Amino acid sequence: MHEMSIALSIVEAVEAKAREEGAGSISGIDLVIGKLAGIEPQSLKFCFSAAAKGTLAEEALLQVEEPEGMGECGECGRMFPVSFYYAECPDCRSLRVKIVSGEEFLIQSITIEE
Amino acid sequence: MCDTCGCSADGGAVLRKPGLSDYHVHVTQSSGHGDHHHHETGHDHEHHHHHEKKSRTIALEQDVLQKNNLLAERNRGYFEARNIFALNFLSSPGSGKTSLLEKIIPALQQHIPVAVIEGDQQTTNDADRIHALGVPVIQINTGSGCHLDALMVHSAVKELELHDNSLLCIENVGNLVCPAMFDLGEALKVVIISVTEGDDKPLKYPTMFHEADICILNKIDLLPYVDFDAQKCRENALRVNHHLEWFEVSAKTGVGLPLLQEWITTKLKQR
Repeated sequence: MHEMSIALSIVEAVEAKAREEGAGSISGIDLVIGKLAGIEPQSLKFCFSAAAKGTLAEEALLQVEEPEGMGECGECGRMFPVSFYYAECPDCRSLRVKIVSGEEFLIQSITIEE
Repeated sequence: MCDTCGCSADGGAVLRKPGLSDYHVHVTQSSGHGDHHHHETGHDHEHHHHHEKKSRTIALEQDVLQKNNLLAERNRGYFEARNIFALNFLSSPGSGKTSLLEKIIPALQQHIPVAVIEGDQQTTNDADRIHALGVPVIQINTGSGCHLDALMVHSAVKELELHDNSLLCIENVGNLVCPAMFDLGEALKVVIISVTEGDDKPLKYPTMFHEADICILNKIDLLPYVDFDAQKCRENALRVNHHLEWFEVSAKTGVGLPLLQEWITTKLKQR
């Protein structure tokens, strides 16, 4: 359940930013959670409501964008979608695949109410 | 409220030392995890609902784990400056992390001073076992936490008397999922699995094996009695991470340990 400590750090980060901007509350939070990031968006949303209680983000709506995993073959350079850490290049069958996207885990933006 | 000292650190991590029942330090930071309960004072923001609300969107583009990662880098810089080689030991509960440390520390101590940070939700049992070896050790009790984080290690390091040019073994909370995401500032991550688990574990918990630098298969003395294919497990682990260093050992009988110890001492010399 690392989603809980992560939810707390999200609340902390967005609250700090909202206070800096003089916001009365936070109405929306846009997150980017890659499919390979090791975070379960549903579980995070569940934890978030508990973590945000009594904070500026209490009423905030979580929007999650989930980019697909992409791999790059270390042998032939082909880029292709991957759903896991191990993948095989569809062209040359190499297993030397570098993950180039899908591991993102960002707070993209917040919407604040004044 | 903390039932030891009566302070208000709710559910935060606590540092403990073997044999010192009065000793305990709360892991805190002014804006750390425990500080999220902001009690609104002064104006009730209900008032704003009567006026026309102005909302705007602000870009953050901030890594969610940024705070932990920054602190981990601070730890890393501290370790590098003092030439402390930090290893983060990770595994599911019961795979033999502490037993392995009990076995390899006496041998490694002949080359280099060793210190240990133990992570568990509760008790100082593991720290007591390490303490019996005569090496400096501190226990982090994470309470409800399922993993160590960089702040806990940062606090623990302040309480440990670390030598320059030494080895620091950090035994994480037994968990194959959550600790993988939290950089502590270690030089290398060591994942341990035992033959009483499944040989498909690297496929079931790929994040951990993907993040690790070394994989140690423990309890190989039990191989004749269990349905575990060591070769297959190794293949599975290498599929997830082809840079993994692989070792097969038994902390109980000592088989395979000289090779592992030699590898660690070679790494120590290479720094």
